[in-house]
Amino acid sequence: MVELIAKTACDGLLPITHGSVTLSEATPERITAVAAFEGQAKPLAEALMASNSIAMPAPNRSTGGAKLRAIWVGPDQAFFVGEQLSCELGGLASVTDQSDAWAVVRLEGAHAVDVLTRLTPIDLRSSVFKRGHTAKTDLMHMMASITKTGDAAFEVMVFRSMAKTLVHDLTTAMTSVSARDIA
Amino acid sequence: MRVEGKGLIDRTHRVSFNFDGQQISGYAGDTVASALLANDIRLMARSFKYHRPRGVLTAGSEEPNALMTIGNGAKQDPNVRATVQEIYNGLEVRSQNAWPSLNVDAMAVNNLLSPFFGAGFYYKMMMWPKPLWEKFYEPLIRRAAGLGGLSVEHNEDTYERAWAHCDLLVIGGGPTGLMAALTAAKSGLDVIIADEDSIMGGRLNAETHEVDGMSGQEWAAKTVAELQAMDNVRVMTRTTVTGAYDQGTYGALERVAHHGNTVTDLPLECFWRIVSKRTILATGALERPIAFRNNDRPGVMNAGAVRSYLNRWGVAAGKTVAVFGNNDNAHRTAQDLQAAGVNVAALIDSRTDAQTSGDFRVIAGGQVTDTTGAKGLSSVIVKHAGGSETLDVDCLAVSGGWNPSVHLACHTNGRPVWNDSIAAFVPLANMVLGLLPAGACNGDFSTAACLQAGINAANEALGELGKKPVDQSVPQAENASYNITPLWTVPHKGRAWLDFQNDVTAKDIKQAAAENFSSVEHMKRFTTQGMATDQGKNSNVGALAILADATGRTISETGTTTFRPPYTPVAIAAMGAGAQGDGFAPKRFMTSHAATIERNAPMIEAGLWFRPSYFPQAGETTWRESCDREVGYVRKTVGVADVSTLGKIDIQGKDAGEFLDFVYTNMFSTLKVGKVRYGLMLREDGHVMDDGTTARIGENHYVMTTTTAAAGPVMRHLEFVRQCLRPNLEINLISTTEQWAQFAVAGPKSRELLNDLVDDPINNQAFPFMGCGDISIGDVQGRLFRISFSGEHAYEIAVPSRFGDALFRELVNRAEEMGGGAYGMEALNALRIEKGFITHAEIHGRITADDIGMGKMVSAKKDCIGKTASERPGLSGEHREQLVGLMPLDKSKELSGGAHLFERTAEAIRINDQGYTTSVAYSPELGCWLAQGFLKNGLARHGEVVRLVDHLRDKEILCEVCHPVFLDPEGGRARG
Repeated sequence: MVELIAKTACDGLLPITHGSVTLSEATPERITAVAAFEGQAKPLAEALMASNSIAMPAPNRSTGGAKLRAIWVGPDQAFFVGEQLSCELGGLASVTDQSDAWAVVRLEGAHAVDVLTRLTPIDLRSSVFKRGHTAKTDLMHMMASITKTGDAAFEVMVFRSMAKTLVHDLTTAMTSVSARDIA
Repeated sequence: MRVEGKGLIDRTHRVSFNFDGQQISGYAGDTVASALLANDIRLMARSFKYHRPRGVLTAGSEEPNALMTIGNGAKQDPNVRATVQEIYNGLEVRSQNAWPSLNVDAMAVNNLLSPFFGAGFYYKMMMWPKPLWEKFYEPLIRRAAGLGGLSVEHNEDTYERAWAHCDLLVIGGGPTGLMAALTAAKSGLDVIIADEDSIMGGRLNAETHEVDGMSGQEWAAKTVAELQAMDNVRVMTRTTVTGAYDQGTYGALERVAHHGNTVTDLPLECFWRIVSKRTILATGALERPIAFRNNDRPGVMNAGAVRSYLNRWGVAAGKTVAVFGNNDNAHRTAQDLQAAGVNVAALIDSRTDAQTSGDFRVIAGGQVTDTTGAKGLSSVIVKHAGGSETLDVDCLAVSGGWNPSVHLACHTNGRPVWNDSIAAFVPLANMVLGLLPAGACNGDFSTAACLQAGINAANEALGELGKKPVDQSVPQAENASYNITPLWTVPHKGRAWLDFQNDVTAKDIKQAAAENFSSVEHMKRFTTQGMATDQGKNSNVGALAILADATGRTISETGTTTFRPPYTPVAIAAMGAGAQGDGFAPKRFMTSHAATIERNAPMIEAGLWFRPSYFPQAGETTWRESCDREVGYVRKTVGVADVSTLGKIDIQGKDAGEFLDFVYTNMFSTLKVGKVRYGLMLREDGHVMDDGTTARIGENHYVMTTTTAAAGPVMRHLEFVRQCLRPNLEINLISTTEQWAQFAVAGPKSRELLNDLVDDPINNQAFPFMGCGDISIGDVQGRLFRISFSGEHAYEIAVPSRFGDALFRELVNRAEEMGGGAYGMEALNALRIEKGFITHAEIHGRITADDIGMGKMVSAKKDCIGKTASERPGLSGEHREQLVGLMPLDKSKELSGGAHLFERTAEAIRINDQGYTTSVAYSPELGCWLAQGFLKNGLARHGEVVRLVDHLRDKEILCEVCHPVFLDPEGGRARG
């Protein structure tokens, strides 16, 4: 029997550290896209709370934690990143496996915000973009999902095929920020 | 000449740099201009048009004359103002616009010919004879024109772009800006304060005024330190806010490493986009010269600049200085110079009521009418009540008054208003929404007024943002009078310079008016006044005052030209930072990329994707050999190709079928679970948008495929339909393009290959042509679609992307063992052309379903997007160019894409055009080239002979018009 060997999206590219900032690949077990059907948002939220004790996130917010995080990606739509959802959502929502569709990276360190502000137009000041906040936005020329997971920690997702560009763009910004820190 | 005991320079830190091959010594804190003046070098440049000797006029970014090229080779940076460039050890500075040297400039001959080169000369003289324009005049002008030059080499410097957000942006770090920032920051706002100088303080660093009992310089430094200590303040020095844009967004250029910083990877410049809720414009004012004869000699400078060099850099701009002005402010120059021990020859005040203001001679009602000197000023001729006299001076400090720096306030096309009391334009609040002008840029010229204005503006912003202002007291400062009596030009024959950068004289402006270029915008184009790097910062108001006079209007009626970003020059490299090379666009790589590269396949770009062109093998010398071999795999054994780039859209919901019926021309609600159907999609205008296959994998679950090129546009289109056109339907959409690695396994042995791999072998019953279903390979769950883009018995197998690399290698290895292998885009193209399948080369946007012979696919039983529009007159019928196949009569001929089709004997000109070719390929099966193309009434012309003419490649080939399907028209192979 054939055994197919899995490769991660950023295989061979990460981790990288420049100055205070480290970029590493996150490899969540699953990414499940859940989108409520018309009028089913409330029962869906209740079902998710009952089965996985996780709230359906409000716009631009995430819920849960490292084990399972729900990231808002659109109206009544969220990505559940982490463990497998343990409930059937038939009739309430469309459920789509996105586990392999995204390159997920973690950007951490004192100057992580400075790195991201070189690539994304959103306001990342700590008074505005707090832990648990998320945005679907631009990262250089890519569409990205950016979530603040800690005081100086972010998770960034782009299309899997763009992993190399993601690493390139983030590394370029990290290099520049670290050089400014030295200067 | 250096003056002891003055200036914000570090006299313990000597710095040496190179100017035109000469080593120059200065101090840390000097600019190129201050260091050159300290070394008594006044000649710094040659003028643009007449190559007249020029020295530095100003002490800031508005400098029109002293433009330098910094550095050498690829990194050389032209048009850097000597007044802005800080010196550092090893800095290389070259003057521009002079040949062979600054001292001996051959092009200065232009100056002698100046009577011929006045405004409008080029427009008038170089019109005739016409043929000379392109061959002679234009190259001549191009060679002579332009300020500075680029290396034309690839620039290896690093630039950076970044965003910043704040509650309040303060533009300018003078007394107004510092006070505004301090007030706002203490009251709790997030503040960014930006100033283009290397140290904040603005005019406080250039004057001798006291603020709160300390020197202005000390007060500025103390206030900056206070701001820097606050968490909610970002102090950005060396940062010029260059443009005001919509919704509180400002562009700003930070000079990060232009002052000798050698940290690796440090960007040279950063282009910031700063987003603020409110902005205070505290950009100060710029002094303006007075136009008089020969007012451009090195040594003639703005009076405020002379004070700047003295107080900020400890440099006397001359040994004996005269001051010429029309306002009280000019007197400070004489006072400061005298206090510093510099000989003041006289203060020439054009106002007849001018008072004595120090221990120096004041000539009231006097005017400077001319100057002398070869490469620098040696004397000035002064006319006054007592007649005319000559004063021997090496520096003349001139003040024609101050112009508020209104530029940014006008960037969204607001116009400033004329204020008679200061004889200058001032901005209005909210000319740019949320922008509050304050201080000197708003017409407040005393330090006390500026400090108060800063507090007031901050309080206004705080109020608008709902914050309570702290109680901020106003520091004690001078509150001197200004009292200007306008003087724009001193009447005299001869050239009185107005725009130094473009060599425009007062006479040129009058000439423009005389030729009826009386609109200020026309005058600008006619004379070139106000163009180039300084954008008329020193000359605009003077020019339009003279134009107003010449046309009998007031200055207010004459109006200003349009202010546009950037305020100072910005390198394109900074605005496009990060977008060179790999940063230009995202690169999308398939999971098979590494394995494909290992097989030496040349990659081609398909949108953002990289796909293999072909897989060369040892001994093959042309792409055709590889392509023909790969086509053979699919026709004879089995070929493998990565087709993951095709768009995949997951459609779920109980109304999914109805939704698809609406977006596709044909029916999908009737498709059975486990089946795939080819679908055609129209735009709302009735033309073909895209095509592809859609599989029904569950009762309420479809998977649509799109072409690679249209994956994004189709997704956008479907979302539009879902959200706006059919919001009542219960369906959800999500792209799954990236989730699945999908490979075509095509050829007579395709099933044999797959059955060697999947856990449960498949057969024709379980997987008939256009069938689909789940498969598993060990623990990996995948999907299998029996579809074919080659006309052969073929499948597409999909697995989660993480297994793509492994599956591709498995498939190719097995195919090779069976006598087949991987195939690339060239083979894929040949295979589909043999079968008459279309791509976006054919459905290029102007094509209807009817044109490609698919008119019958637009179902009569239902409505769909584009159906009604496609029934408009003119979109079908025999006048349309319709899809045909083309085969050369002479089988040895190579057809080409983009060629045009003509009747056999018709002349190959536009009006005889019958159509064109869209795709070509060599068919190993048929032993000749084949083409797809569009031919007028082509569906009815099969069997005719037409002439293919490729004007570009100089080719004429007779072709037979064929049905587009060349191979296996019954489709038996795919079903087998």
